[in-house]
Amino acid sequence: MRRRSASRSWSWRSQAFRGLVWQVVAVLLVGLAAWYLGHNTLENMRARGIKSGFDFLFGPAGFDIGESLVKYDALDPVWKAFLVGLLNTLRVAIVGIVLATLLGVALGIGRFSKNALLRGLCYAYTETFRNIPILLQLLFWYLVFTEILPPVNEPVTLGTTFFLSKGGFSFPWWIDGVWSVPTPGAFSMDGGATATPEFMAVLLGLVFYTAAFIGEVVRAGIAAVPKGQVEAASSLGLPRGLQVRKVILPQAMRVIIPPLTNQYLNLTKNSSLAVAIGYPDVVSIATTTLNNTGRAVECISIIMLVYLTTSLSTAALMNWYNKRMAIRER
Amino acid sequence: MKRRSWIRKNLFADWKSGSVTVFFLLVALVYVPRLLDWALFGAVFAPNVDACQAARGTGACWGVIVEKWRLIIFGRYPFDEQWRPALATVLLLGLLFASCIRRFWSAWLAPAWVIVWALFFWLMRGGAGLTPTPSDLWGGLPLTIMLSTIAIALAFPLSIFVALGRRSRLPAIRTICTVYIELIRGVPLISILFMASFLFPLFMPVGKSPDVLLRVIAGLTLFWAAYLAEIVRGGLQAIPKGHLEAADSLGLTYWQAQRKVVLPQALAIVVPAMVNNFIAIFKDTSLVTIVSLYELTGSLGLALNSDANWRPFKIEGYLFIAAVYFTFCFAMSRYSLWIEKQVAHDR
Repeated sequence: MRRRSASRSWSWRSQAFRGLVWQVVAVLLVGLAAWYLGHNTLENMRARGIKSGFDFLFGPAGFDIGESLVKYDALDPVWKAFLVGLLNTLRVAIVGIVLATLLGVALGIGRFSKNALLRGLCYAYTETFRNIPILLQLLFWYLVFTEILPPVNEPVTLGTTFFLSKGGFSFPWWIDGVWSVPTPGAFSMDGGATATPEFMAVLLGLVFYTAAFIGEVVRAGIAAVPKGQVEAASSLGLPRGLQVRKVILPQAMRVIIPPLTNQYLNLTKNSSLAVAIGYPDVVSIATTTLNNTGRAVECISIIMLVYLTTSLSTAALMNWYNKRMAIRER
Repeated sequence: MKRRSWIRKNLFADWKSGSVTVFFLLVALVYVPRLLDWALFGAVFAPNVDACQAARGTGACWGVIVEKWRLIIFGRYPFDEQWRPALATVLLLGLLFASCIRRFWSAWLAPAWVIVWALFFWLMRGGAGLTPTPSDLWGGLPLTIMLSTIAIALAFPLSIFVALGRRSRLPAIRTICTVYIELIRGVPLISILFMASFLFPLFMPVGKSPDVLLRVIAGLTLFWAAYLAEIVRGGLQAIPKGHLEAADSLGLTYWQAQRKVVLPQALAIVVPAMVNNFIAIFKDTSLVTIVSLYELTGSLGLALNSDANWRPFKIEGYLFIAAVYFTFCFAMSRYSLWIEKQVAHDR
């Protein structure tokens, strides 16, 4: 369709010219919209007396944070509060990704079990947790921790070293080079490490919800392996376990990895719902700061920037991986 | 005989499978009676606070649903007027249901949509013979269904243009669409909703800020259009190049070719993926609670948080609305499977 003419024809009948005009119109429209919104924002800020700029990041935060991986108090600058929030987001997301993967892979493989009960259970789990909003699940787990579980001095014991109570989830941990086991005290757990109810609620919600989706991804990946492969493995006399490990999973991985990465990103983005139950992730910190300083544009930009950075760098990594793993056809 | 062989094959194929079966049956023997006791035999079904308090820990209190269901389902909508959102929602659901069945696919569907939406808003807002009810009193299930349906109805057409734009030969248009899609897909929905509630008022001319409901609808639409656009793009990529070349050689313009040749095929392919995304839209509408619009999830809090007597039974309330969400989403996912079979038949 494209005719390369030596002289550009400036007529509406030339496709190249029409394309150029449409592009100019589109760019102008986007530019105009951006200018209009920006202009209105500045006008509104002037009318309401809102300051702009990122200088507030260096003022004192003025609020305490429930849990933090680094030393923090209310006198620290705002940027440090954001750092605490970011670390909390990463902590719940990374632990969540590991646990959701383990559970999801188990669910996906379970769907191919010889045993009908196991198959049915995995299916029922997937359908149940996939079809209930994650926000509802988070709120539900939070309620279990705050209302249903017993108080901290009479916790539910799992094994002999794990405790569940209104105080959270306590487990043995390596502290100062010693293996420290928690014991129930009168007002709190002594020794070991304790995950707060807020952290646990966000974690459980993210893990149980995302695992259902990961299970589906794994199932589709395994289903994509041609039947002949399994038959060939059987005829070589490979036992079932080896068949899964050496023949099925390596080939399924190719199909599984991209949608699995998507689920990891979803889990990370969904961790932003922590704001609903007060786990101090980056979104909670941003909204608290927004209410204190009124810097809406800046706080929301920071939230978006944090997640965009994560998403885009993951996408770049994925593209590189896909290029490397692509089956080279003759 | 047949049944016996099924059991052997599926429950006791070898010692591993057999031991799994035995283990599950043992677990079920211990826990299923307990669960049934809590949920059914020991449960209180009457809206009686004292009976519920007495049964705490041993039996569920379904009485809380009997007592509060109207608040949970309709939120703050005036009690005596609740037949209106009920009727409006039934109409809307009927329309959606009809749109999903082939027999009703005709030229009448488009005007039907317009008429039902007009009726819906008239019933919800009042006026013209009904008591006016401002939108900040809307809530519960009608709001959930309305927000998800509007988001779908507005985001879908927008997504088609964005998807075409991302595959366009014109670099500027392609860049604009790509940046829009990737920006939106890279951030959580909650940040877009915060934008709708805090920043949209700043974007408008001084002193003119649309209602929070409209702002949230705009936010949801912009957000989901990016996701739907990626699905549509997947469908567009599945159309062989020869079809476009054939359309070209027939002398069809770009838009004619897209409308008559490419889009009908592309959209048919992606219907299952679309419906799966509609499920996500329906579920994630619950997030508007965080920017204080009280749809189903939020109205449960409204119904129980302020009432000290019934507050301890929030778990039962959560289970109830979880069942409501599950019903809708499960129905949609079955429909998606059915469509998938239909599409496979047509090939």
